[in-house]
Amino acid sequence: MARTGARAADLTLEQLCSAKEVLVSTGSGGVGKTTTAAAIGAVAAARLGAKVLVLTVDPARRLATALGLEEFGNVETRVPDEAFAHVEGGARGELWVAMLDTKQSWDDLVARHAPDDATRDAILANSIYKNLSGKFVQSHDYVAMERLYEIHTSGRYDLVVVDTPPTRNAIDFLEAPDRMADFFSSRLLRWLIAPYRSRVVSFASKPFYSVADRILGTQFLEDIAEFFMLFQTMYDGFVERARAVTTLLGGPQTSFVVVSTLEVAPSREAEFFLELLSDRGYHVGALVLNKVLPDLLLSTDGADTARVLSTDADAVAARLAPGLSTAAGPVDPAHLAHVLAEVGTNFANFAVVARREAEQRAELSRTPDLCLTVPWFDDDIHSVDGLLRLGEVLWR
Amino acid sequence: MAAGPVPLLERRLLFVTGKGGVGKTSVASAIGLLAAQRGLRTLVCEVDAKGNLADFFGVGPLRFQPTEVREHLFAMAMDTEESLKEYLRLQLKVPLLAKIGPLASTFDFVANAAPGVKEILTVGKLTYEVRERNYDLVVVDASASGHVVGQLASRVAIGEVVNAGLVGSQTDWMIELLTDPATTGVVVATAPEEMPVTETLELIGRLKDETEIDVAAVVVNRVLPELFGRDEEAIFGTLRADGAAALAGAVGPGATDVLDAADLAVGLRRSRAVHLARLREGLPVGLPVLYVPYLFTRSHGVRATSLIASSLGEELGF
Ligand SMILES: Nc1ncnc2c1ncn2[C@@H]1O[C@H](COP(=O)(O)OP(=O)(O)OP(=O)(O)O)[C@@H](O)[C@H]1O
Ligand SMILES: Nc1ncnc2c1ncn2[C@@H]1O[C@H](COP(=O)(O)OP(=O)(O)OP(=O)(O)O)[C@@H](O)[C@H]1O
Ligand SMILES: [Mg+2]
Ligand SMILES: [Mg+2]
Repeated sequence: MARTGARAADLTLEQLCSAKEVLVSTGSGGVGKTTTAAAIGAVAAARLGAKVLVLTVDPARRLATALGLEEFGNVETRVPDEAFAHVEGGARGELWVAMLDTKQSWDDLVARHAPDDATRDAILANSIYKNLSGKFVQSHDYVAMERLYEIHTSGRYDLVVVDTPPTRNAIDFLEAPDRMADFFSSRLLRWLIAPYRSRVVSFASKPFYSVADRILGTQFLEDIAEFFMLFQTMYDGFVERARAVTTLLGGPQTSFVVVSTLEVAPSREAEFFLELLSDRGYHVGALVLNKVLPDLLLSTDGADTARVLSTDADAVAARLAPGLSTAAGPVDPAHLAHVLAEVGTNFANFAVVARREAEQRAELSRTPDLCLTVPWFDDDIHSVDGLLRLGEVLWR
Repeated sequence: MAAGPVPLLERRLLFVTGKGGVGKTSVASAIGLLAAQRGLRTLVCEVDAKGNLADFFGVGPLRFQPTEVREHLFAMAMDTEESLKEYLRLQLKVPLLAKIGPLASTFDFVANAAPGVKEILTVGKLTYEVRERNYDLVVVDASASGHVVGQLASRVAIGEVVNAGLVGSQTDWMIELLTDPATTGVVVATAPEEMPVTETLELIGRLKDETEIDVAAVVVNRVLPELFGRDEEAIFGTLRADGAAALAGAVGPGATDVLDAADLAVGLRRSRAVHLARLREGLPVGLPVLYVPYLFTRSHGVRATSLIASSLGEELGF
């Protein structure tokens, strides 16, 4: 591994899963956050005698089907033991899965915090709320963290592995609880509500109103004001929860697993995120490098052979063809030469990418002690077996 | 209806969207570069907060004020607060910043609370550039999975949030430009993998059902080359099974690695072919599909952008 400095000699994913109660899988879009979270959950359930929940966001359809999520969605569901039929001695623990439904989770949240049924119904019917809960991208991050908190404090699981949504910016979800608290304590909130309360618009907010009114229209402002007035009744509950969620994320029971490929853009984002997490004092348990090309592409023998094949395929083919035949009969040397040339070019092509990946990996400076590499499988992972196969690669 | 879709570079405003990581920014910057190379005055705008469009042109950080990155090619990063200021200045003739002081300082808040506002300011700026003919083509590196598009293309979504006020009254001309296929099109970037293909088909379905915005093209990125035809695959099969030792004898110990690498490539290509077929089957007839090869290059950034631009150029018959 291209990494210097002290390194806990035999730190493994097993230790991480045993020591922590919450693992958060994060990274750039499409790198394999969901797959990694599910694979860690599956292997932890198989190998440890633990009750594990994987809280996923938007899994690939076939994976969702394999885990029974298509049917159950937001509800926590146990993956049947039969799914672990290929594990020697069967699964030692239990694997549970749930999918995050943003809208549903928001509605539950409102129901929990609303002081009475009338307020709850008014909020659920407010057009701004519908927009906020359904479309507002960042609300997804908040509700994911909120749901995690609720599940963790319920004490139902030994380990919760959380998948994160493909945020535009990997830190969004970390800041979501704080932002949500700010949201409700903002000065603007008071301004917006003021005229509907007292009809006396303060001097400071007057220009704001005249402009906002012209730009957005009165109806819109009224909707927003109504929304915030209703929401204010839940202010204390929300802010308190947001703090608790922040505490959980930064606490000793939580660790982050940063997932990345070794492509340029995702690596840069991973690097940025690793730095940010450790600067802010979060525990980074592992870096998972996913879809990595195999080391054989770095072989110098291979490179030499590839060069010979690309330049001298005809001669090699002439030597080999007599000894080979297919179902269709003897092998035509010209055909074989083409195959050999392609094979040589292919190696040279992939070797370029593999070398770049190796460099990229060496450049990742602040990697955590546990740096795991997962190969680029030649098919998507869409079954519990596939997850376990990947999980075993991580577990070793 | 005229025969066939409006050619890509004859449109004025292109939104490039797609699943996270498939290559939206790569494709958006390549379309921009290609257009500029063909003499069109082009603006590429990133809407995403990620801020890595500059890397694809090999320039420093981008701002709201467009930077000329090469001849005919400009790049900018959307900033809705700046857009609001510009809008107030240009459209509403609201004289000075002073008056919007409190609004600006809490702007993020309003914009976040009411999603429509941010999107209107974004699309407002983009359509404004088109309307004023400041550029021949505006290419947008839009956010993933068509968030922007989904919200803005539909009259309902806009009307739902802001139906009065000046922003409301300003949306008519925007909608007109957005829904005119000769002007605006969505380019869906995708990759021959399960999730990107599924999401692409869903997105195109939604755009058709829920909006009046036209899909200009699908760009399938990272297509692996086909190593062998069917006959050759059989030859490779025997070479693998019976000829490995002979090959090693002929060319040295690297033979195994080279054959293993070919296996990997064949396997990857094969599993992707399934997804490609599913994509082709699921797309509406007549929708242009452009293929961009997987780049086996050392360097990324501007080099990759220019390679992708030339494969897009070839696909478009230039
Ligand atoms: N090591 C691997 N080899 C081959 N395919 C993989 C590998 N890891 C993940 N995949 C596939 O890549 C696709 C994306 O993976 P996944 O959904 O886990 O990514 P994600 O980071 O959660 O994406 P998003 O940001 O959209 O949520 C899936 O189809 C998955 O099966
Ligand atoms: N055709 C290609 N061949 C090889 N690598 C590619 C290709 N296209 C893009 N990449 C690489 O894939 C990575 C992701 O590409 P890009 O940033 O364009 O995707 P994106 O969809 O904009 O991602 P995000 O959703 O994170 O904004 C980059 O590192 C890029 O260099
Ligand atoms: Mg995911
Ligand atoms: Mg991008």
